[in-house]
Amino acid sequence: MSVLPPDLDATRFAEALAEMRQAAGADWVFASDEDLGPYRDSFSPVWDTQRERLASAAVAPADVAQVSAIVRIAGRFGIPLFPISTGKNFGYGGPSPNVHGSVIVDLKRMDKVLEVDEARAFALVEPGVSYFDLYRAIEERGLKLMIDCPDPGWGSPIGNSLERGIGYTMGAFRDHFGASCGMEVVLPDGEVMRTGMGALPGAKTWQEYRYGFGPDPAGLFAQGNFGIVTKMGFRLYPRPDHYRTALVTVPRRRDFVKLVEQCNILSDAMLCGEPVYASPLMALMGNPSFAALATKKGGASDAALDAAASEAALPAWQVDLQFFGPEATTRANFAHARERILSAIPTATVIAGEDFPLPATKEQLANVAQPYRSSIRRHGALGVPSLGIWKIVREDGHLGFFPVLARSGEEVFRMQRVMGDALHEFDQLPSYFNAASAPLHWHPHAFQMVFAPPVKRADPAFNAMVDTAMRRAVEVAAEHGWGDYRAAPIYQDAVSETYSFNNHALRRFHETLKDAIDPAGIIAPGRGGIWPQRFRKR
Amino acid sequence: MPTIPHLLLATTGLALATLASALPAQGSPPAQQEVARGKAVFARHCAACHGRGPGDDGSAHLPGTAALAARYQGSLPGALEERKDLDAETLLYFVRHGSGPMPMFRKTEVSDADIGSIAAYLAASAASVRK
Repeated sequence: MSVLPPDLDATRFAEALAEMRQAAGADWVFASDEDLGPYRDSFSPVWDTQRERLASAAVAPADVAQVSAIVRIAGRFGIPLFPISTGKNFGYGGPSPNVHGSVIVDLKRMDKVLEVDEARAFALVEPGVSYFDLYRAIEERGLKLMIDCPDPGWGSPIGNSLERGIGYTMGAFRDHFGASCGMEVVLPDGEVMRTGMGALPGAKTWQEYRYGFGPDPAGLFAQGNFGIVTKMGFRLYPRPDHYRTALVTVPRRRDFVKLVEQCNILSDAMLCGEPVYASPLMALMGNPSFAALATKKGGASDAALDAAASEAALPAWQVDLQFFGPEATTRANFAHARERILSAIPTATVIAGEDFPLPATKEQLANVAQPYRSSIRRHGALGVPSLGIWKIVREDGHLGFFPVLARSGEEVFRMQRVMGDALHEFDQLPSYFNAASAPLHWHPHAFQMVFAPPVKRADPAFNAMVDTAMRRAVEVAAEHGWGDYRAAPIYQDAVSETYSFNNHALRRFHETLKDAIDPAGIIAPGRGGIWPQRFRKR
Repeated sequence: MPTIPHLLLATTGLALATLASALPAQGSPPAQQEVARGKAVFARHCAACHGRGPGDDGSAHLPGTAALAARYQGSLPGALEERKDLDAETLLYFVRHGSGPMPMFRKTEVSDADIGSIAAYLAASAASVRK
């Protein structure tokens, strides 16, 4: 054990680990450098530097009673714990903690799919369950339910939703925390609490009515540090009969404003799944003259961009549309979408894509038969977990900054220009904000855009540049009203700092709660930018 | 075969010793049970990236298989199930240390004994590949 918890000497730490071995079993406490290697953030831009946050040990409980025992032991010794589920939060810190020397509570052994109810469309799972596991459990039982999963399927429904991760099916399910219903939590004093109807003994509606009675504290456990979530329920999508796709293109740059307005209506009325936007002009970024135009400081003019599109015979924008439901309903919704969009933008082109009954065949899942170039990733769109997305991971991983912006074309143009200008000097990085950068409609009611710079473990100077760019991006975005939705521990304070209304009233409220519930800072101090008094003074 | 730095081998010595004791004796054919177990572990933890099937959305290969095919340029197969050179020590090193975009895997996900089983499965799988 080369790293110690804060304020603890080696003798006391050894005593604490001995107690944890008693609680979880000798085989499930890891303290050697070799065993702790995989608890480092493999995507870290501060690998092997003073800023890297390393664990002092890891402990893997098998059940909630063991979690509770570990929390109580940590409380007696004043050891900060950092819970992980499947540990796959890559781009946002992986399994690494906020506080150097924390003990990781590795919940991977708690991997039971406790319940899946087809008739009432919910699941109850433990933290070590992955999306692959949940999908498999549903398939093996032959249930007509669809999950909504993020790109890499090795993540945990609990861990991902607590990080406010997203997916790709219908809006109500894409927001993974929003689709959760009921949780069990081990509090910082080791008590076990259930939220919503789980607080009412004998209730059969824990996964159906999330509120129960009185304030619902569930939100405190997402990106928070008020307890360790040991069970969580999720609403599931009754598997639709049919899936239908279409592509809409618009010729001019400013057509995007109306296109977004129409897709917002379709989406908010629950007539379509995720609208997937792209600009065909991105294909021109390899052309130096177009790249110079698309990344021009202050932004290129609409006329210049339209001229470039016209010269290349490309539309300015496109959106992939997706419809779920009975076959006739998907047909009607597609017809309605086409009529609505063509009424608003007469120069738009609407192309019918593939449609087929669900579940998809292997060939349909392979997504090689669209009559146009689609931006949809078929596995995610149909709630089938995969690791196919890992093909985009280059070097030694990447960071993730996904600022939240309003769903409007004008706002997209503004973010392209402002963030493009702010990051212009970082010319070793790909251009993430340019005139062809499209928004993501992952969250049902907001857009996000992407900044995901690569990390090179063997090139500290490059990583330092990336780190500077990340901080610049967070600051400049906030100056324009755009905030990050999720961040690695090394950036959580910087992001928290930007949510500063009324002299950080929200953070002060969280700190007051933290001081009352967890004064010694046992559960993930610093997570979400929330520090208990013990650590605030440092 | 990729070279594992001697220093790193030294640091993993204890685990390798433990692993070796869990494996069938060298030279003996791997037990069918061990191969079957390894196949199941490979399917659960490795195949989504390193399997032989096509990748998503028109990609020829899954990401890990594509990356290794690109790295070896035909000198070795991209698919792990066709590799004859992946003993338990080599697998243990890459599973615990990762490689480029591939992260490290913890013992709570894949145990040392699991890795031994994967090695047995890959050996059997590679042996059955038609030339």
